[in-house]
Amino acid sequence: MTGVPALVIAGPGTNRDRDLALALAMAGADPSIVLADQLVADPTLLRDARIVAVAGGFSYGDALGAGNMLALDLRVGVGEALAEYVATGRPMIGICNGFQVLTEAGLLPGALQKNRGLKFLCTTVALRVESTASVLTSEATVGDVLRVPINHFEGNYTCAPDTLSALQANDQIVLRYVDNPNGSIDDIAGICSEGRNVVGLMPHPERAISDLLGSADGVPLLRSLLASASAAAAA
Amino acid sequence: MDPAPADRTEPARRHRLTVRSLDPDPRAAGIAAAAAHLGLTLPRPDAVAIADIVFVEGELTATDLGSLHGLLADPLLQTATWDVPARPGVEVTFLPGVTDTAAASVIHGAAQLGVRITGAATGRRVELGAGVDDVLVDEIVRRVVANPVIERWSTGTVEPVFHPDSVRVGKAEVVALSGRTLDQLMVIGHERKLALDPEELLVVQAHFADAGREPTDVELETLAQTWSEHCAHKTFRARISADDGVERPSLLAMLRACTEELASPFVKSAFVGNAGIVHFRDDADGRPVTIALKAETHNHPSAVEPFGGANTGVGGVIRDVLGIAHAPIAVTDILCFGPPDTPVDDVPTGALHPLRIREGVIDGVADYGNKIGLPTVAGAILYDPAYTTNPLVFAGCIGQATGWQQHAGPYPGDRVVVLGGRTGRDGIRGATFSSLTMDATTGEVAGASVQIGDPVVEKLLIDVLVGAEHLFTAITDCGAGGLSSAIGEMAEGVGADVELDRVPLKYAGLEPWEIWLSEAQERMVIAVPPALIDELQARCDLYGVELADVGRFTGDGRLVVRSSGEPVVDLDTHFLHDGRPQRRLDATMPTPRRGDDAATGRTVGDAGATLLALLAHRNIASKAGTIHRYDHEILGATLVRPIVGRERDAPGDGVVLAAPTDTEGIAVGIGVNPWYGLHDPDAMAQVAVDEAIRNVVAVGADPDRVALLDNFSWGDPKRPSTLGELVAAVEGCVAAANAFRAPFVSGKDSLNNEYTGSDGQRHAVPPTLVITAVAHVPDADRCVQPVLHAAGNVLVLVGRTAPEFAGSHLDMVAGEPAEPGVAPQPDPDAPERYRRLHRAILDGLVRSCHDVSEGGLAVALAELCIAGRLGAEVTALPHADLATSLFAESAGRLVVEVAPGDVDTFGAAMGGDSFVLGTVTDTPALALPGVAPIDVGSLVAAFNREGLDG
Repeated sequence: MTGVPALVIAGPGTNRDRDLALALAMAGADPSIVLADQLVADPTLLRDARIVAVAGGFSYGDALGAGNMLALDLRVGVGEALAEYVATGRPMIGICNGFQVLTEAGLLPGALQKNRGLKFLCTTVALRVESTASVLTSEATVGDVLRVPINHFEGNYTCAPDTLSALQANDQIVLRYVDNPNGSIDDIAGICSEGRNVVGLMPHPERAISDLLGSADGVPLLRSLLASASAAAAA
Repeated sequence: MDPAPADRTEPARRHRLTVRSLDPDPRAAGIAAAAAHLGLTLPRPDAVAIADIVFVEGELTATDLGSLHGLLADPLLQTATWDVPARPGVEVTFLPGVTDTAAASVIHGAAQLGVRITGAATGRRVELGAGVDDVLVDEIVRRVVANPVIERWSTGTVEPVFHPDSVRVGKAEVVALSGRTLDQLMVIGHERKLALDPEELLVVQAHFADAGREPTDVELETLAQTWSEHCAHKTFRARISADDGVERPSLLAMLRACTEELASPFVKSAFVGNAGIVHFRDDADGRPVTIALKAETHNHPSAVEPFGGANTGVGGVIRDVLGIAHAPIAVTDILCFGPPDTPVDDVPTGALHPLRIREGVIDGVADYGNKIGLPTVAGAILYDPAYTTNPLVFAGCIGQATGWQQHAGPYPGDRVVVLGGRTGRDGIRGATFSSLTMDATTGEVAGASVQIGDPVVEKLLIDVLVGAEHLFTAITDCGAGGLSSAIGEMAEGVGADVELDRVPLKYAGLEPWEIWLSEAQERMVIAVPPALIDELQARCDLYGVELADVGRFTGDGRLVVRSSGEPVVDLDTHFLHDGRPQRRLDATMPTPRRGDDAATGRTVGDAGATLLALLAHRNIASKAGTIHRYDHEILGATLVRPIVGRERDAPGDGVVLAAPTDTEGIAVGIGVNPWYGLHDPDAMAQVAVDEAIRNVVAVGADPDRVALLDNFSWGDPKRPSTLGELVAAVEGCVAAANAFRAPFVSGKDSLNNEYTGSDGQRHAVPPTLVITAVAHVPDADRCVQPVLHAAGNVLVLVGRTAPEFAGSHLDMVAGEPAEPGVAPQPDPDAPERYRRLHRAILDGLVRSCHDVSEGGLAVALAELCIAGRLGAEVTALPHADLATSLFAESAGRLVVEVAPGDVDTFGAAMGGDSFVLGTVTDTPALALPGVAPIDVGSLVAAFNREGLDG
């Protein structure tokens, strides 16, 4: 395979890594799943990656806060290498538990708290594309409404008021819920970093890749990721 | 984590961090609401507060404490303090020895931060506000907040036990049996809760007399577990004398013989090992893709600790599938509860309220399935007062493998390897516990029978074992009976020599019999050739799974277990597995009312109001609130979901699993109706099989490639009438399997589902048989769903309608008449009907399709309208009598939506077995003959009224 090399990061209890690898492969990437411990043992894996994705699931069973422990492993083990990777402008995404990891690791602002209603929620929601200036939405169109599954307990995004203002001012809110399912502040479903190459989102685009399975609306997002990876490599 | 010796001599400092949510913590409102629901009125419900507590032990600097504070509290979400709270409160923590997974993460996290702690524990603090007296506080904590089976609490602050410890004798006790009278043996059996029959005690006594020695306590416990109803299925293997004079083989033999006679070519393994295995298709490279299926019950544990019981029920059945070398791909659950609005005073002392049981069980199922990363797909929730003290939790698992071959070991010389979680004092004697009926003290004495699950550990076990099939020669899971049962079964005929000192323990101080019997979760036992241990060890290291080499398979046919080198068990495995005398039981066969003369009709005053009442009945009403709590989509292969329709709030029939790259799929359907069983257990069983198959056919599965699971939850089989009902139900299963040519490949029975209340009355569950059908879907593109498609299409009923009302939901909402008449009967034409319907689906003639079951035709039509948010105008009814047409629950029927131009083609395809009911309309109302049209909005409102939160 000669696809774009993609690293799918998993920790103990991550369970979307295979779904995500399959979806990335179908979108044209050449994904490999790497456990956080393996990455810590060999941080040079990041050097060859053109996409880094933190997959969803229940790393460490959500003990001590969703994403907290895996974020700690990454921060302590490969914090510098990850910072270097991000500085190159190459895309990094975190989906669901991966988003929680990215906020806990300080790669994205804010935090994810328990859903309003205090229930795990598995359903399909409508997302509106709010910005195309991110590695995950570059091929989409502002205003597009995408049907994408959510499956989470702690997806209620929150942040300090000045952070929210900054996110709004800098066009960092890339996806919003059309009908907010979990109480997220400002209907936020996904945000990007100031550098626009780190994106975190609660919904699962990797689970929306087939009309037969309910929706193929995740495909443009994954295509954006691939296109951004190529653009970053060319830059 | 073992403290260094220095910590023992000079106790380390203890610290506690109290963490509070910045926003109001929704758990607090939950406690207030649950207390109110139970009539425990708080002066200020809005004053309830809750906090989490993390306890750590170690000589910690201010910097250390700061680091831990940063780890344990997110400043955006929480505040935290190392000070002891001043406000009055109650603090709850786990009993010593109960698994505390969060504490393990604290230890890991501290290590990552370079903070050296010697122990950790977690708990929570509840503050009920000022002016609440101690009695009310205790009542609320006991009933709503904590579970005394696994937790303890104290007013003010609680002190955790970081290092549960006791002095271990490490020696087996000898139990003198020789010369004892039967009465004396019975006393020994009762005191040790062996749950052995008198005949069995005598056989054990004679066996050791022949051997010229007395048994050890470990040997007696091993025999009790292996011979328990739970493990040995004594009733299903019993010789039964029935009052109808018919000579029958044992119940298990009947089911097995049926499967053997059907000789279905797709059955690869039935009634042996942990799960049934079927083969429906090959992959692109021509390798067989096999499906493993299994369903289990976890009723008794869920009654005393609902969350843990359901949690570990799911974990256990996943291990069953893993234990036959298949990768788990989906989970099912069927739950039976007492009504959530049961008055508190009607719940016997010692039993939990059904509301509490329901919340705990559903949380337990969701927690395990979601965290382990398996979709919880098919299921049902049933309510009946008879389940109040004895809830039923059926958990199933489906697995898949490519190129599977039965492991043929263990071979002499192979190592006995235990993988996964550590062994503690949790879940001791679960197999015998579940084989006894419960009483008011069960919750207290059974404390040690309850296990707590850790789905992440089991997820890692799956990661290690799937793809490592070449590294072992035999595999089984550690379930009921723990190592005694797992290693005991594997050693059958081969023999094994095991050293208990090598079993990794959660904490010191376990006696040999406790180690040997513990049902600590998330453990698998495999037989590994010595040359492959290193490769397996490397794989375990990668995923962080503990591997313990505890002994070897010997070849001498003896099961030898040692503690510090000294044998504490030395049993002939033939005696262990085949020495049990066959149980003899008497059955009084039921005499169901059957035939046209016995049938009785019903009169319905207001059919529209009756339909709305049925839609709002708990058994029929939307389960969306529960299903959305289960991740039913993970693994990305759920093609037809358990909840369907435009608003994702309507019930599905079967579910279909097919990966994005697959053109074929697997359908899963459930059949269960205990209320028919109260009237006619044989017909109930046949109709349950029909319903399960109907559900998979309705979504596109091939009725000629269906495999079945049976799960019986029954009362005490020593009561002849209860056993008679069981015999009739098994006969019904066999008859239906033959009629549909659908083999049973695995099953499980849970008997003794009775509870002696503090009133001294026996409460038994209704005869509850759950049938799971797993079937091949030949064309994933042709799947259909019970969702009305387009106005103008024609609605057609297939199947016959008769006045069959006994056990119906109409009788539940309108009251059962003195002459209930006939329960729904099996339809001999159903198998052919389903074959024809399947061909019509493959030919693209079916736009939507819905099975007719609880509540009858009217409910099926209403559900189709709800799903499609479209109307239907019914112009013709299938029976001369309105009530029979709308509300009878005759089996074998489906409503099918076809395009107007396809009506004749479809009718011909069904061989004339089709009845045009009417059309789909844009007008959002259900119009039934002689009934005022009902808005779809009203149907939706009724259907959603009694949800989980209702």
